Amino acid sequence: MKLKVISALCLLLAVLIYSCQNDNDITFKRYYTTGKVIYTTQCENCHGADGQGLSALMPPLTDTAFLRKNKAALSCFVKYGLKDKILIVNKKAYDSDMPPTDLAPIEIAEVLTYTGNSFGNNQGLITSQQVEAELLKCK
Amino acid sequence: MKRLISAASALLVLASACKFNSADNNKLPVYGNRTPVTKTVNGKTATDTVYQTIPDFKTVNQYGDSISSKSLDGSIYVADFFFTTCPSICPVMHRNMLNVYQAYKNDKDVKIISYTIDPKHDSVKVLKKYADKLGIAGNTWWLLQGKKEEIYKLSESYLVRKPEEDAKQLFIHDGYFILVDKQKRIRGTYDGTVPEQVDHLIADIKTLKAEPDQK
Repeated sequence: MKLKVISALCLLLAVLIYSCQNDNDITFKRYYTTGKVIYTTQCENCHGADGQGLSALMPPLTDTAFLRKNKAALSCFVKYGLKDKILIVNKKAYDSDMPPTDLAPIEIAEVLTYTGNSFGNNQGLITSQQVEAELLKCK
Repeated sequence: MKRLISAASALLVLASACKFNSADNNKLPVYGNRTPVTKTVNGKTATDTVYQTIPDFKTVNQYGDSISSKSLDGSIYVADFFFTTCPSICPVMHRNMLNVYQAYKNDKDVKIISYTIDPKHDSVKVLKKYADKLGIAGNTWWLLQGKKEEIYKLSESYLVRKPEEDAKQLFIHDGYFILVDKQKRIRGTYDGTVPEQVDHLIADIKTLKAEPDQK
């Protein structure tokens, strides 16, 4: 009897720990999935279904080092677009303008979580709070 | 036994129908309006079909050369309508059109022309820069600037949606690629935003080139 109770308690504990650990995982998956939908409607035409970009017109999203280095600025790029700026991506210069979007911080976080973890990138979850903080610092 | 024979003959009929169809598929259809024209030659009346053709147009390409429909005499060509600052479907169209370009850039009989529907912004200089960035060179793919009203009017001859401008000064147009033969008749239309349809176009150009009157 005692053994049964103990094992049941252990199982319960295991389930609890497991579900806690998975909380972040679930958030990540939720962000990633919604981000993919946003990417398809807002970004894919130019940046491509595989983030491959388009020749020298549209930069690819496959330069992990670039994404990491400009992590804080990415939210600003998505929200306010780019005008008369030159970006060096994959060692090539891109000077095309990027149109602004009217995405909310949570949507920006979702789409950045998607692009940051697709096309060979592996940068983990980008939260809505991070995006909000970065948007305050946009130049 | 009787049943078996009838089943076999039914199968045979079906099979021959298939073969007949595949033979017919080696010719592309001709699109557009057609008008019967009856003429009297040497006392004999003969009726001929006149197909819709692309009318003459006057434009300049990305090199600043004048391009009219005469410049396309003797060419099979693919046409589309775009503008360089288009944020929506144009990048998709031209990502797909690059595949057509790669397939036929060494074929002197095949050309691609893209008319800009925003000639005010898309000057020769802008078009050249776009071409360079897109990675196209030579005279296979021309980006054409003409008078806006003329290009909009011309789009009707290509059976595509006539471009419009909405309140935000964005241009609304569709993303069709139109295949035109050496007689300037429309032989196919393909949704340029769908890679599978563009693959179909690349195959159809090959079929078209094999037709006797396209040599």
